[in-house]
Amino acid sequence: MTGLVLPMWAEISVAALVLAGAGLALLGSFGLLRLPTFFERVHAPAIIATLGCWCVMWGMVLFFSLRQGELAVFPLLIAVFIAITVPIPTIFLMRASLFRARQMGQDVPPSVSRVVPPGVKDS
Amino acid sequence: MNPILSWALPLALCMLALAMLCTMIRLIKGPSAQDRVLALDCMYLNGMLAMLVLGLIDGSSHYFEAALLIALLGFVGTTAMAKFLLRGEVIE
Repeated sequence: MTGLVLPMWAEISVAALVLAGAGLALLGSFGLLRLPTFFERVHAPAIIATLGCWCVMWGMVLFFSLRQGELAVFPLLIAVFIAITVPIPTIFLMRASLFRARQMGQDVPPSVSRVVPPGVKDS
Repeated sequence: MNPILSWALPLALCMLALAMLCTMIRLIKGPSAQDRVLALDCMYLNGMLAMLVLGLIDGSSHYFEAALLIALLGFVGTTAMAKFLLRGEVIE
């Protein structure tokens, strides 16, 4: 590593933020491993995409801002991108899982979309 | 390297590797296909964070582009696989 040495408070802050992010990633992955059913498991990785990702990103912002001597906001690009895109595959995956569970006749809530039987006039 | 970051960043990398191991077990074990897709999505996120921590260890911002690519490909791949599970086709 070249360049200037960070002050002590910055090192402690960056280390705490990155360790918190990695710890939350470990927590989310462990939840993915431990929880019993799919519909419970799908909630566990959400903490990686939200709090874990943002912790690492703010650590990066602090680190590169102090190293370059100017505000470096480029890590927030990934965090914003993740925050926008992660719900979309998750919703797709949950809908696919509900569809497959209904197809297999498992005990899941029924579809809320109304199906009008043929011959019945819809009011 | 700085004294505090020199042990904190490899420790964070070890934690992320352990997290990826957890998702790998779920990917192999996962009883249904959607479990495996979810585990792969989670592994993309962990890999992206590991890439960013590697960039912090190296002190260069070049790992950032790789992390952005991983995030993008994770989004596209998971959406395509979820669509496949829903309909049996990716593009209709």
